[in-house]
Amino acid sequence: MSPLNPSSESVLQVSDLTVSYGAIKAINGLSFEVRSGAIVTLVGGNGAGKSTTLRTLSGLLRAQSGRVIFRGETISNLPAHEIVARGLCHVPEGRMIFSNLTVDENLTMGAYLQTNAALRAKDRDYVFSIFPRLKERLRQTAGTLSGGEQQMLAIGRALMGRPKFLLLDEPSLGIAPRLITTIFEKIVEINRTQGITILLVEQNANLALEISSYAYVLETGRIALEGPSQELRSHPQLKATYLGG
Amino acid sequence: MTEFLQQLVNGLAQGGIYALIALGYTMVYGVLRFINFAQGDVFMLGAFAGFYLGPTILRITGSGPSYLGAALVLIAAMATCGLIGVVIERLCYRPLRSRPRITVLITAIGVSLLLENAGQLVFGADPKSFPELITDRALEFPVSWGSLSALTITLSQVLVVGVTLALLLILRQIVRHTRIGLAMRALSLNPTAAQLCGINLDRVIAFTFGLGSALAGAAGILISIQQPSIDPLMGINAGMKAFVAAVLGGVGNLSGAVLGGMLIGLTEALVVGYLSPTYRDPIVFAVLILILLFRPSGLLGRTEREKV
Repeated sequence: MSPLNPSSESVLQVSDLTVSYGAIKAINGLSFEVRSGAIVTLVGGNGAGKSTTLRTLSGLLRAQSGRVIFRGETISNLPAHEIVARGLCHVPEGRMIFSNLTVDENLTMGAYLQTNAALRAKDRDYVFSIFPRLKERLRQTAGTLSGGEQQMLAIGRALMGRPKFLLLDEPSLGIAPRLITTIFEKIVEINRTQGITILLVEQNANLALEISSYAYVLETGRIALEGPSQELRSHPQLKATYLGG
Repeated sequence: MTEFLQQLVNGLAQGGIYALIALGYTMVYGVLRFINFAQGDVFMLGAFAGFYLGPTILRITGSGPSYLGAALVLIAAMATCGLIGVVIERLCYRPLRSRPRITVLITAIGVSLLLENAGQLVFGADPKSFPELITDRALEFPVSWGSLSALTITLSQVLVVGVTLALLLILRQIVRHTRIGLAMRALSLNPTAAQLCGINLDRVIAFTFGLGSALAGAAGILISIQQPSIDPLMGINAGMKAFVAAVLGGVGNLSGAVLGGMLIGLTEALVVGYLSPTYRDPIVFAVLILILLFRPSGLLGRTEREKV
């Protein structure tokens, strides 16, 4: 399976972004762009700034300087809920589902901004078509789901917000290997059938490069290397550091 | 037996007041994880809103006390207090949102002291007599009820319990079945995830403060109908008792706040009836100490480990 063929139009531009936690700069002058309809991945080791990047894009963190432009509009000064409303949805690291609520209620929360009940029902059916497992578990408390099912729920919840662009943070984390394959296939399916652009952060660089069309390698808060995923898979430096070869 | 039932009735009427105030503590704790100590003083402001607006409203609705007039005064006081709650959050707590929780807690104590002293300055420190909104009387029971007919239940007690229950039901509907209620629940479960679902934290937090303060305002009117002497420091004791009620029921738990309020009200009434009014406050606060020692999460609260 290959990702949707990206158009040439750039949908997200990040320029010269700097984000600090206190005195420590987690991201330092980061610039990159994502083309509409693509699956783009950010790979890099622990502490490279991958999650910080996503958290800044979705408005959970404030940048000290720099700009994020989404579909032609500067969003780096907007609060998180307004960014979601513009179609940029973040599936955070650790999934952050509402573990005390049922699967059903979690999906309802995801559709918080969708006031049209008919569209809500339609989106729900779409989520079930992608993840039939969620339909089976509808009345179950989300905290009792397996790791993989929780990840499905987290992605499903984000899909309920009708995203144009998905930020996925470590979807393979803490999930049985068998389910990882399923989830990555579904990510590609969501991208291909719905045309949703995806920015994927992954520690599992092999997997990320396999499903993405373009990749950025992040090191200590800036881009160390970039290129089409195909090419990076055979890049000697990357191979030695991240691909276990 | 009659004596016992009498104390139960008194306890429920008082407990309803505590429950309404305790709900404000518990709702704010649910979304922001801190105790808004100014809640008891908002209750006091509710009573004073009734004191100042009451005569005007009664003049408009016609001559003298009436149910319509009382209902309008109740609504006006709730609206006033709701607005005050929103303003307090906006000015005092929102700027401190990202600060350590202890900072916000100390600020809350500061706001409480500010309202108490500003109240003495503006309203005067001496007790005021609350306008008569309804003509209170003891209800008559048929003699065929036997010893029950000896019960003294006043109209105001019945109204207080009735209005309290109605407000609790409305609150429950809001929390369970409205969009903003859904947002409040999401926020109390996981603020980050709530934001990522498109929930506007500022608006939900403001709404929560407004709602909690409006309930305290309602409590201020209801208590003043029963005990028509009000003063700017009346919120201290009631606020502390309601805080004990919230902790007893389990802070953050709405049903817990109601249960706690009722239990504290009943405890007080029984202590007053069977022991001595002197022991009322010590016993209530002993309950607080006991609950913190043996069941810190409260009767209905879930044990929640502090997340690191």
